[in-house]
Amino acid sequence: MIKRLIPLLLVISLFFILLKVATNVAPNYDLTGVAKTYAEQGASDLGAMNLVTAIVVTYRGLDTLGEVTVLFMAGTGIALLLRRKKKKNDSGIKNRAASEILKTGSKLLVPIITMFGAYIFINGHLSPGGGFQGGAAIASAVMLMFLADSSFKINHKVFVLIESFSGIFYVLIGVLGLVILGADNFLDNRILPLGTFGTILSAGTIPLIYTLVGLKVGTELASILDNMKGELE
Amino acid sequence: MELQQGIFILMGLAMIIAAVLAMHVKDLISSIIAVGVVSLFASILYLLMQAPDVAMTEAAIGAGLSTLIFLYALHKTKDVEEEND
Repeated sequence: MIKRLIPLLLVISLFFILLKVATNVAPNYDLTGVAKTYAEQGASDLGAMNLVTAIVVTYRGLDTLGEVTVLFMAGTGIALLLRRKKKKNDSGIKNRAASEILKTGSKLLVPIITMFGAYIFINGHLSPGGGFQGGAAIASAVMLMFLADSSFKINHKVFVLIESFSGIFYVLIGVLGLVILGADNFLDNRILPLGTFGTILSAGTIPLIYTLVGLKVGTELASILDNMKGELE
Repeated sequence: MELQQGIFILMGLAMIIAAVLAMHVKDLISSIIAVGVVSLFASILYLLMQAPDVAMTEAAIGAGLSTLIFLYALHKTKDVEEEND
């Protein structure tokens, strides 16, 4: 009886808390403070059509660098804890093969999904999305290959190289801002010309940084998936 | 505005129904798909609320990648069961 009563009480009290929040909310129809500054000056300052990208990569660039670091730490932790060499399957029982529909479908879809992921992060400054979304799309293409063919392996050396170099170049671009534009310009995108508003080669370093972030996130998530899968030696 | 609010409420109800289904359905594959449906509706809601960047993240990671990981984990557990037979 008490076992059921306590969750019930918790749910009821949560309802009252949320009711208080929901009835007291006052919608804010006008931008205020820092949001107003970003919305008014973002486009002319940074030359990016997608203001979200401009904020994420430039105004809040340090936070994005932190986010990338968090993902890197998560990937390292998973590799440390879960990466293991699977024993040879000597019982003579093979893994079930994937169905014909999955095999054929994945052959058709994997190139398209990968290309779409690349499209998302290259166009990060023009259309919604960016490095993280594009990287996740690429990782889901790799996952589809794992599902379709259980013996499929990724080339670890290439993935590690891509990941490390995109991380290094990301930080280098940030430091270049300090060198070229002076102090407190870390990760400033104006070290490259802003270009014509709305074209693919515009907004300074934003497309470059998002391409690096996309490559890094994609290879990192794919490596995490591969480590979870366990290696067959 | 009225119509939009109606759509929001319908979407929210569909999400709740899918979440309850995910807990109570006996078949595990259906349960995984129901969890994916919750994320999919959430991403459509974000899109309708003018947040396409968040919607994209939710669709790529919530509805896409994590559903695939659950399916792969299910595939692995089934393999073990067959070995024990």
